[in-house]
Amino acid sequence: MGHRTSMVRRPSGRSRFEGAVKGILFGAAAVSVLTTIAIVFSLLNETLSFFGDVPIGDFLFGTKWTPQFAADQQSFGVLPLVWGTLYLTGIGLIVAIPVGILSGMYLSEFAPRRVRKVIKPILEVLAGVPTIVFGYFALTFFTPEVLKNGLGLDVNQFNALSAGIVLGILVVPTIATLVEDAMSSVPQSLREGSAGLGANRVQTAVRVVFPAALSGVVAALVLGASRAIGETVIILIAGGQQANLSLNPYESYQSMAAFIAATARGDIPTGSIKYETIFVVGMTLFVFTLILNMVSIRLVRKYRQVYE
Amino acid sequence: MTGAQIAARAAKHVVIPKASGKDRAFAAFFQALMYGAIGLSMLALATLLYDVARDGAPRISWDFLTSFPSRIIPANSGIQSAIYGTLWLMVICAVIVVPLGIATAIYLEEYADRTKWWNRLVEVNIQNLAAVPSVVYGILGLAFIVRGPVSLGRTLLAGGITLSLLVLPVVIIVAREAIRAVPPSIREGSLALGATQWQTIWKQVLPGSIAGIATGVILALSRAIGETAPLLVIGAAVNPRFNPDGLGSAFTALPIQIFAWTQDPNREFVELAAAAILVMMVVLLLMNSVAIFLRNRYEQKW
Repeated sequence: MGHRTSMVRRPSGRSRFEGAVKGILFGAAAVSVLTTIAIVFSLLNETLSFFGDVPIGDFLFGTKWTPQFAADQQSFGVLPLVWGTLYLTGIGLIVAIPVGILSGMYLSEFAPRRVRKVIKPILEVLAGVPTIVFGYFALTFFTPEVLKNGLGLDVNQFNALSAGIVLGILVVPTIATLVEDAMSSVPQSLREGSAGLGANRVQTAVRVVFPAALSGVVAALVLGASRAIGETVIILIAGGQQANLSLNPYESYQSMAAFIAATARGDIPTGSIKYETIFVVGMTLFVFTLILNMVSIRLVRKYRQVYE
Repeated sequence: MTGAQIAARAAKHVVIPKASGKDRAFAAFFQALMYGAIGLSMLALATLLYDVARDGAPRISWDFLTSFPSRIIPANSGIQSAIYGTLWLMVICAVIVVPLGIATAIYLEEYADRTKWWNRLVEVNIQNLAAVPSVVYGILGLAFIVRGPVSLGRTLLAGGITLSLLVLPVVIIVAREAIRAVPPSIREGSLALGATQWQTIWKQVLPGSIAGIATGVILALSRAIGETAPLLVIGAAVNPRFNPDGLGSAFTALPIQIFAWTQDPNREFVELAAAAILVMMVVLLLMNSVAIFLRNRYEQKW
């Protein structure tokens, strides 16, 4: 050591370099924030000009969605699209909630290690299958061969039942994995306590571990629902492209996401009312998933606090 | 509720004098339900693969892989332009997502002070972005990248950027986990030997987490090449009879070609969709195998 360093150092070249690195890395992190701003800005911009043409009340509470008609017969009530989205998601969740929870519970509480080693990768493969493949499956197999030939139902070629059930299958791995995570993070002492009181494994899993993991389980369901609400291609291919405000699962329905993909093609003129509908529906969809996602983040945070 | 409270509540409710027949019957019934649930997922996957293979396998040939799509004659139709488009998109995505994703992950794990509101904002924001529906990214691409401020037109680069933004949160989340798995003692040792923070990250933390990061990148890319909705919205070309020749070229991709064929009333075209799905699934399977190989071969055990 040739010289003494004072306690307060002037920034050396080295520390300036360190500062620059930090700045660059922060810049990269800022890209994701800019992405959000760009999404909100582009949605908001066209949404506002849409509401310059159509009163907001007509949009939110109107029961007819016919932007494809000639100008004097157009009607922009979003309720049929919202209903179609919720209806299809509902059918999907009727399948995905029990199957997902039971699968997650099995993997966390019952599966022997060797069985888990087989089932987990299969669920991962199922989660990695592109949604267009599910769409193809719903259109060419589930509707004609299972619903029509197998069960003898009188469904349309495009129908809510097939699209909804396949949507449910798509969501199962998401829910199962998150439920498994939530249940396996319940401390072992609770299981031991329950077993010590004489409960068998099923009773322990259902009445002790499951309630203890409940907020995590609910977060899993919310995330699954948000995934189903935003899913596009399955509904576009197998659910049909007809805005519908009825209850019949054999009929064709359109969801918000499917409407956007069906309407937005490269050649749609900027500034036309049709162009604006993409954004106003996109905004509605964005708000739906944002709310669901915030709820799920809150729930996960809450249940982490309990045991960590 | 604390664990003790839950246990106390459990103790109040779970009162079992002896294992009655009813309890045992319920246990058996419930286990059967769980096997059924697992079986259903397996069955769904098996049926799906069977359906695609049955429709698509007879259609796969060298001609199918090397021909351009035809609107009129299914037998002469192929997926050359779609394969090229997908490969281009994959490269563009990788070039954008790898530096951006890793840099963000390093910032959040190694530098960010969590008591500062802007760092928490970045974190919550990434969680939210991961849950934004892919079709909304398509809208972003259409309004911001294809038209509007960036105005790249309906080009490969616009498609690649849109898909990159879509999968960026996946890369960030997985890379963060990999970086977090490097134990603090490694960093402390390096710092104690006089290395700066960046030297520590570059020489110790990144090499220790590279396998996990690579896995995340591959998973993100395999998600990107399967995405249909955003490319539909930004206006990928339908049935182009040419390969893209640069970043400014019009393009199609495998999912877009598959979608176009499923919409065709001619059943023979629909079977071509199955063949294209098979090709896409083989590509995805290869990528996933590489990811699993990397994870098993290079993952550090601390």
